[in-house]
Amino acid sequence: MDVIFENLPLYWEGFLRTLFLSVVSGIFALILGTLLAAARVSPVAALRGFSTVYVEILRNTPLTIAFFFAAVVLPRIGVKFEQFEIAAIIALSTYTAAFIAEAVRSGVNSVPVGQAEAARSIGMKFGQVLSLIILPQALRTVIPPLINILIALVKNSSVAGAFFVLELFGYGRQLANANGDAVITVLLGTAFFYLLLTVPLGILANTVERKVAIAR
Amino acid sequence: MTTHVPGDTLVSLNAVNKHYGQLHVLKDINLQVRKGEVVVVIGPSGSGKSTLCRAINRLETIEGGTISIDGKVLPEEGKELAQLRADVGMVFQSFNLFAHKTILENVTLGPIKVKGVSKAAAEKDAMALLERVGVGHQAPKLPAQLSGGQQQRVAIARALAMKPKVMLFDEPTSALDPEMINEVLDVMVQLAKEGMTMIVVTHEMGFARKAADRVVFMADGQIVEDATPEEFFTNPKSDRAKDFLSKLLTH
Repeated sequence: MDVIFENLPLYWEGFLRTLFLSVVSGIFALILGTLLAAARVSPVAALRGFSTVYVEILRNTPLTIAFFFAAVVLPRIGVKFEQFEIAAIIALSTYTAAFIAEAVRSGVNSVPVGQAEAARSIGMKFGQVLSLIILPQALRTVIPPLINILIALVKNSSVAGAFFVLELFGYGRQLANANGDAVITVLLGTAFFYLLLTVPLGILANTVERKVAIAR
Repeated sequence: MTTHVPGDTLVSLNAVNKHYGQLHVLKDINLQVRKGEVVVVIGPSGSGKSTLCRAINRLETIEGGTISIDGKVLPEEGKELAQLRADVGMVFQSFNLFAHKTILENVTLGPIKVKGVSKAAAEKDAMALLERVGVGHQAPKLPAQLSGGQQQRVAIARALAMKPKVMLFDEPTSALDPEMINEVLDVMVQLAKEGMTMIVVTHEMGFARKAADRVVFMADGQIVEDATPEEFFTNPKSDRAKDFLSKLLTH
């Protein structure tokens, strides 16, 4: 246990970095994912096509490939960034957005079609139907699955550790290398800090699920 | 019951055709509805009457022919279509009140977001409409807290809030318990008396007799008869209509 307490500042720094990566990527992914879902249900065929291709590619390839593209390929085609952290955020948010798009789309499909028809029949345009009627109802049903996706995002952020970003897992690995006799303790400590983020999210998902259910 | 003289043509369908796959649901439909007219569309299930009603504000697309409202041909998509729809009120079989909005918000949303009316003015209008259909005291509730009949009356108020030129009713009482049907029909009869142009798809023959200027009888995607209620109910011309009416009377 000593190895954990002695290195608490390192753990804490890693924890904050993981938190930062997750929150920033999570926000970008939510925005991008919602836009992709909107494109997927839009009347414009080109938008639907783009969204479908995007989601299918990102959802069906490993996250490490997204990281590889962001960290290695993007700089080669002229997108430069000072820190690998930016690459990590790009990879995590583009990858997670695909899952969020699918969750939001299923939520949109769960709203009875009559809601959209009623909105259209009082003269609302597509954007209004979506933003005022469909999404507010869809988001309530997708909040629990969205939180599950965010939990996965927190865990997925550990891949950044392999791409030179010192977050929780990155520090954990450093510590494990430095303390060969206490690898298990070090890893348990790392796991504990992940749980510190993911367990409250899980509890939140349950609470929200009970609170926001709408009566029909 | 023609207390008003119908004016110029408001809704005009010319040679409208539609298929669902192999099924020809609308066959060369021609129908003119004049300002202030109340047209009741009746017919057996699957005759295309609901499709006809929904095509008039393009909730259903059509493959051939034209539909025009107040002289303007129904556009295919986009802003112009939305604008035209704002002039056409629609009441659905399943009410379709916005489940996440209060009764008051259901009625004010259209005027505020589509017409740009101020919130205060929209709420004043909405309360007057809700009082008129008899659900004023329910304003702060959510749709799920109301009975079916009350929800449908709110849906009528929501459509009226847009000050439509014509109101479409797609089987407005078919999802209601018998004792709630009359409270909705009363509102509709009142509306007809006030001179609203209405196209009503219904199975309520009583309403057709009481409030309709014309009865349109549809079968197999075609308009088979188009007559005054008296003519239609006492002296139907086609065998199809005679058959349909005889089945109603046996119950």
